[in-house]
Amino acid sequence: MTEVAGDPSLTVDPPYDVPEYGSTAKRAPHQPLVLLPEELMDPLGPLFGESPIRQSDADLTGQHDGEPLGERINVSGRLLGPEGDPIAGQLIEIWQCNAAGRYAHEVDRHPAPLDPNFTGAGRCLTGPDGSYRFVTIRPGAYPWANHPNAWRPAHIHFSVFGRRFAERLITQMYFPFDPLLPYDPIFNSVRDQAARRRLVSAFDWDSTQEGWALGYRFDIVLAGRLATPQPGSP
Amino acid sequence: MSRSGPTPSQTIGPFFRFGLDWMTGRDLVPARHPGRLVVRGRVLDGDERPVPDAMVEVWQAMCVEAPQRWTGFGRCLTDEEGCYQFATAKPVAPGDGQAPHLELSLFARGLLQRLVTRIYFADEFSANASDPLLRRLPPARRDSLIASGEGGTLDFDIHLQGPHETVFLAY
Repeated sequence: MTEVAGDPSLTVDPPYDVPEYGSTAKRAPHQPLVLLPEELMDPLGPLFGESPIRQSDADLTGQHDGEPLGERINVSGRLLGPEGDPIAGQLIEIWQCNAAGRYAHEVDRHPAPLDPNFTGAGRCLTGPDGSYRFVTIRPGAYPWANHPNAWRPAHIHFSVFGRRFAERLITQMYFPFDPLLPYDPIFNSVRDQAARRRLVSAFDWDSTQEGWALGYRFDIVLAGRLATPQPGSP
Repeated sequence: MSRSGPTPSQTIGPFFRFGLDWMTGRDLVPARHPGRLVVRGRVLDGDERPVPDAMVEVWQAMCVEAPQRWTGFGRCLTDEEGCYQFATAKPVAPGDGQAPHLELSLFARGLLQRLVTRIYFADEFSANASDPLLRRLPPARRDSLIASGEGGTLDFDIHLQGPHETVFLAY
């Protein structure tokens, strides 16, 4: 993959039309996006109020009778606004495959075992300082049909709500030093190298628990913008 | 290495149902709410085929006589026919010259970031005519943002590509 570092013409977010990722072909819009002037944006987000979130929803290793197979990890970080300001009390949802690389999803046909002790879905609300923490197992890599011998690097899907509609974000967290990262068209759809690196979590001693679990840190910064290269532009 | 800066978007992928369907909120208002209406539609790809692995979310301003636990938020995962559906009531006009509308986010396999659009109401003829966003759009594309239908059921199909491609927004 060509690395284009520090090119100011690149936006943080990936373009819609990415030929290396086959599913974009029939789904990426062809017409230019229409810019919504800032004064027309709805100022408020949804008011979840009393979301039915339990503390145990953030521990993906404790949702069944037994322990899931795999390497237990803590995934923690902070949800921040564009100026580094903490975003408190907002919903974070995650989902992932199991340690063998299989999703608990009926459409996943990868011939790797399901784990009866692992569903792979969790959620929590951020604390007053924007912090969140999940306990889970490290997801496996898995093959997909995008191109010959295609494998997705290990990743955890994140869905986050900011304070307003413009801040809504769904993304994926990757793991440091994953040898599959240079080959993955979804990871590399983020054309800006510095931005792409922000999708990779950092190994974290501080949240590593002795005799129990390794720690990974993944901060999420919401820009509140959806400004993309126009379809058809390079 | 500097880690500051916004976190990029990535696709929701094909396997999200088990992670996100705990909060499917298809009814923003209860069954007997005054002015209750159903907004429904299909998500269609460039071959006009249904998109069965999409998630549609709507956010809207307060409706008249909003229920006590009003969130203004709805989430619906498309079915095998690419269909989604919400029950809601028309939001109050924002009061800044904009016509009443719902904000809509679309996530799907093959979309590396969400698509954003708006649902306007066909019976708001004069409000729509002076809406500052609708007025910016060429007439041929304007109708892609206006839900059509009679009575309490409105149709709003989302065309990702093609001659009827929906207007999608950047901000």
